[in-house]
Amino acid sequence: MANFTYTEKKDTRSGFGAGLSELGRSNPDVVALCADLTGSLKMDAFQKEFPDRFFQIGIAEANMIGIAAGMTIGGKIPFTGTFANFSTGRVYDQIRQSVAYSGKNVKICASHAGVTLGEDGATHQILEDIGLMKMLPGMVVINPCDYNQTKAATIAIAEYFGPVYLRFGRPAWPIFMPEGNFQIGKAIHLKEGKDVSIFATGHLVWKAIEAIEPLKALGIDAEVINIHTIKPLDEEAVLDSVAKTRCVVTAEEHNIHGGLGDSIAQLLARKNPTPMEFVAVNDTFGESATPDQLMKKYGLESSNIMKAVQAVLKRK
Amino acid sequence: MSKSIPELEKIASQVRRDIVRMVHAVNSGHPGGSLGCTEFFVGLYFSVLTHNPSFNMDGKDEDLFFLSNGHISPVFYSVLAHSGYFAKDELATFRKLNSRLQGHPTTHEHLPGVRIASGSLGQGLSVGIGAALTKKLNGDKSIVYTLHGDGELQEGQIWEAAMYAAHNQVDNLIATVDLNGQQIDGSTKNVLSLGNLKAKWEAFGWQVLDEDKGNDMQSVVNVLQKAKTLTGNGKPILILLKTDMGAGVDFMMGSHKWHGVAPNDEQLAQALAQLEETLGDY
Repeated sequence: MANFTYTEKKDTRSGFGAGLSELGRSNPDVVALCADLTGSLKMDAFQKEFPDRFFQIGIAEANMIGIAAGMTIGGKIPFTGTFANFSTGRVYDQIRQSVAYSGKNVKICASHAGVTLGEDGATHQILEDIGLMKMLPGMVVINPCDYNQTKAATIAIAEYFGPVYLRFGRPAWPIFMPEGNFQIGKAIHLKEGKDVSIFATGHLVWKAIEAIEPLKALGIDAEVINIHTIKPLDEEAVLDSVAKTRCVVTAEEHNIHGGLGDSIAQLLARKNPTPMEFVAVNDTFGESATPDQLMKKYGLESSNIMKAVQAVLKRK
Repeated sequence: MSKSIPELEKIASQVRRDIVRMVHAVNSGHPGGSLGCTEFFVGLYFSVLTHNPSFNMDGKDEDLFFLSNGHISPVFYSVLAHSGYFAKDELATFRKLNSRLQGHPTTHEHLPGVRIASGSLGQGLSVGIGAALTKKLNGDKSIVYTLHGDGELQEGQIWEAAMYAAHNQVDNLIATVDLNGQQIDGSTKNVLSLGNLKAKWEAFGWQVLDEDKGNDMQSVVNVLQKAKTLTGNGKPILILLKTDMGAGVDFMMGSHKWHGVAPNDEQLAQALAQLEETLGDY
């Protein structure tokens, strides 16, 4: 079970780095490729420990994706690393043809996703990547919420055969999930509740947890579910929760178009139409500032989740 | 067992018949580049490659071939069928509903012999490098071959890959460029000139072989064998293979107009009259 308090903060990218090094030791087929961001992706430990299985590609992301696809032929499991923007939009066609359509066992690992990248600004703050990746047939899309979950997800995806997009970020973030054991496609109930279902992914899971007590003070008993895997979506977990609460708030560090909210809305439209509110970036680009300032400006705080809950309850 | 040049030429004649019949049957596809690369494919698959038609995706201890300019799928499919990867009859399904022989090659329908999807240009050299790196990691001494169109060299990813392969001494890789001087909108000279390709690739750190007779079987086999002797020298290898688009069918030769156009009934008859049926039509 997760904690609703924390003693330590760490960046999710470091969870990726730690998971990758552990994989290096446990699975000799795992290889890592990086496009000149080894330190930023925390891949330097793997590089040091397994120099023969680390491939510095240079600033050539398209080539990196193609090489990764080719390396699967002969049994390797390539993990590519660069920023989320350069992992998706920049190389969409390469991923589409050489990885997804070709059914290759490539793990596309993407750091610095979303506005919490901070001061580098909108060129690097991709908010469309979940949408881009989930539209590709056969692509698994995972957006873990803290260091422990990112580490566990990194290790778990090596055991799954097929293309995976793993999204994580830069800022130090509370560690509240237990270590180990990650099941792709299995949502995690963080708190049972009866009044509203809050489905959150990535950094916003912590923001949802922060909203629990203030909502309780308002007499609202929220259910909080961690959707680390956006595709395939744990439909059963969503439908079971909604059957009980009959209203929904989604929360994600992503454009309102194309993300977790869309996936859940589509499911509910088909199976159980339900009032819904979306906490997400409202179809705009980000900008330079500190992560905290940006979370506030773009409406990704626990206070935004609370407002969304209050709004959706009125429509119930 | 390697075949004699006359035997290879017989296969090439049948492959050319297959190509024009396939594209005629569905009134679509790319005959020009396919015909131009027939000697390359036949020479490679029947004389040079160590390969196993009882197909296995990983291809360990086999030479691997990646077609980067996927639109010349007719020649690829015909040569795979004649090599025994699948039955010749299946060529009749080319570009039809529920076929494994998609317009551009893909692994999606699990056609034996195809290891990557191609069609969107510029990606195959990177894939070939990846496969070559895995061979090195696995201690596998066999060779990776790729084929590219010359127009395809206008894609930037090719040059990313070229730089990488030289820097990292990917010397178990032989890339060939089909230098037919044509692309969809006209000659490469008019659309976007490629300049001195030999000098460019050498400047990128590759060993470059020129072969001006890309539709002469003996010359093609010779240059492929020569390339093989250059592997393991710390540098990737490039063959600049001059071919005639449409080679073997007189009215299709030397023009970009047959890049992606199928012959009509009359043109088909005219083409087949120039190509001996040597191994039986599918």
